[in-house]
Amino acid sequence: MPDQRTASPAQAPTLDPGAAAVHVRRIARQDRLATGILTIIVALVLVLLAAIVGYILVNGAGKLFDLSFLTSKPEQFRAGGGIGPELFNSFYLLLLTLLISVPISLGAAIFLAEYAPDNVVTVAAKTAIETLSSLPSIVVGLFGFLFFVLQMGWGFSILSGALALTMFNIPILERTIQQALEDVPRTQRDAGLALGLTKWETTIHVLVPAAMPAIVTGVVLSAGRVFGEAAALIYTAGQSAPALDFGCLDLTSPTCPWNLFRPAETLAVHIWKINSEGVVPDLSAVSNGTAAVLMVCILVFNLVARGAGKAIARRLTAE
Amino acid sequence: MSSKQAMSKRRLERCGLTVTGACVTLVAVLVVTLIVMVASHGLATFTADGIPLGDFLLGTTWNPHQADAAGNPTVGALPMICGSFAVTLLATAFALPIAVGSAIFVVEVAPGFGRRVFQPLVELLVGIPSVVFGLIGLTVVVAWTRGWAGGTGYGIFSGAVVLAVMVLPTITSLSIDAVAAVPMSYREGSYALGCTRWQTIWNVVLRSARPSLMTATILGMTRAFGESLAVQMVIGNSAQVPGSLFTPASTLTSILTMGMGNEAMGTVYSDALWSLALLLLGMSLVFILIIHLIGSKGVKAHA
Repeated sequence: MPDQRTASPAQAPTLDPGAAAVHVRRIARQDRLATGILTIIVALVLVLLAAIVGYILVNGAGKLFDLSFLTSKPEQFRAGGGIGPELFNSFYLLLLTLLISVPISLGAAIFLAEYAPDNVVTVAAKTAIETLSSLPSIVVGLFGFLFFVLQMGWGFSILSGALALTMFNIPILERTIQQALEDVPRTQRDAGLALGLTKWETTIHVLVPAAMPAIVTGVVLSAGRVFGEAAALIYTAGQSAPALDFGCLDLTSPTCPWNLFRPAETLAVHIWKINSEGVVPDLSAVSNGTAAVLMVCILVFNLVARGAGKAIARRLTAE
Repeated sequence: MSSKQAMSKRRLERCGLTVTGACVTLVAVLVVTLIVMVASHGLATFTADGIPLGDFLLGTTWNPHQADAAGNPTVGALPMICGSFAVTLLATAFALPIAVGSAIFVVEVAPGFGRRVFQPLVELLVGIPSVVFGLIGLTVVVAWTRGWAGGTGYGIFSGAVVLAVMVLPTITSLSIDAVAAVPMSYREGSYALGCTRWQTIWNVVLRSARPSLMTATILGMTRAFGESLAVQMVIGNSAQVPGSLFTPASTLTSILTMGMGNEAMGTVYSDALWSLALLLLGMSLVFILIIHLIGSKGVKAHA
């Protein structure tokens, strides 16, 4: 409206052309400055990440390709010890943990995503899982010490360690799987039910396969977290690694690799222990080498997680 | 459809419901057992051993093998409580601007780069084990701190730097979600009024993402507060009320990690350690509560 436009300079004197130009220049400069600062921050984060990964890999490179380091047993007071038992223990513990935690998490996720009635009990269960996910891992480890090691009398053992790791892993996995199930389009669910399938059949034959790529990615990523966990293990799986005899099939023998009731120090626990005791002569070489091995495994888990999810998705959609 | 088939379908349905329900129940029961067991051991310090709660929370000396004036073992947890809060707050202060800044960059400035390059790399940072951070802290951060601040290099500052790097990916990826969740129409409205990108970010995007950003911060703090081994490796583990950022200190988690293996169950020392664990548990419950309060307030504000 013309009358308002002519009236406005008088009411708002700041809008005279010179001041407006100054203002525009100022906010444009502010905008460029902010963009610059944000770019610097992101560059900083990327440099930091590259520095951390590079530092670990470069420092441990000497040991990383040393086969005797990867297979021989650790030494307490002499230089030249290896991490053979620790490497095996880490993978064995991971396998057991996944065997226990994946079915439980899958079941819990299916219940919460598909069945859970909207009532107090469901809210309580969700709260319990959320609580578990925010608990410090040392508290989970101490509970494992109290319950599995002492109360159940299993001692510092692979079994105690795997159960403690299961408690650590369940909330992460449950959330990922539940999210994956909820992300399956509504139409898939309706189509299954419309064909006369029950809820359970729809879930097992339609929803879980459709969510499979996301589930596999989630499981492998959680495996990376479990693989590097140490705080939950120092008082459950123990801090000693007896020498292993792979010819031994007597499941009660402490040297049998598959024995569930032997103590089993993992790679992550090994790094922490030798650094806090500080008696190993070639401490920095061994801990850098172990850290590099751990890092390579984590990197592989990350790549596999992405690759496997994509590969499964491709196969499912191509069929 | 025959009735037999219908029966078996119904049985299958019930079976599925029971099995999955049992999984949820199992997890819930485990959590309750955990809380009850830790609480019963942690409260024994006050009920069975007769140590006043005030002496435990406000006492400044932690030396369980020595009796205090009243004849009780000296278990003042204040040094560790101060240490835990100090490293958590300092680490959050270091990490928050970087996390929110990079979240803004990857959502508002370079979304393609953010989704394809930055987010996968940040997720990689989440996966790096805490002992590896501890090791880097021990060899790099402690030496660097010693270089310019003097002393041993161990202390709250080193702990906070290591923790800041550890919680950075947590806060960053949650902040990315928070910023990305701001409706596009808000930005368009702001641009239509002639605002620059920065004015839009500052006045519109950050303001409407604030509750989610606060949740991200609290979740990062939860992680920092409960982290044990990485902190234990760089903080120096001296149970004194911290007087400076550069002298050895201790946190709840570091004392727990060091002490628990050395004491027989049932002694006053071990009970006192369980009280520290209970304190840690209580704090993580408080953090969850805060997140829920922020969430419900956000819902109310939007409704």
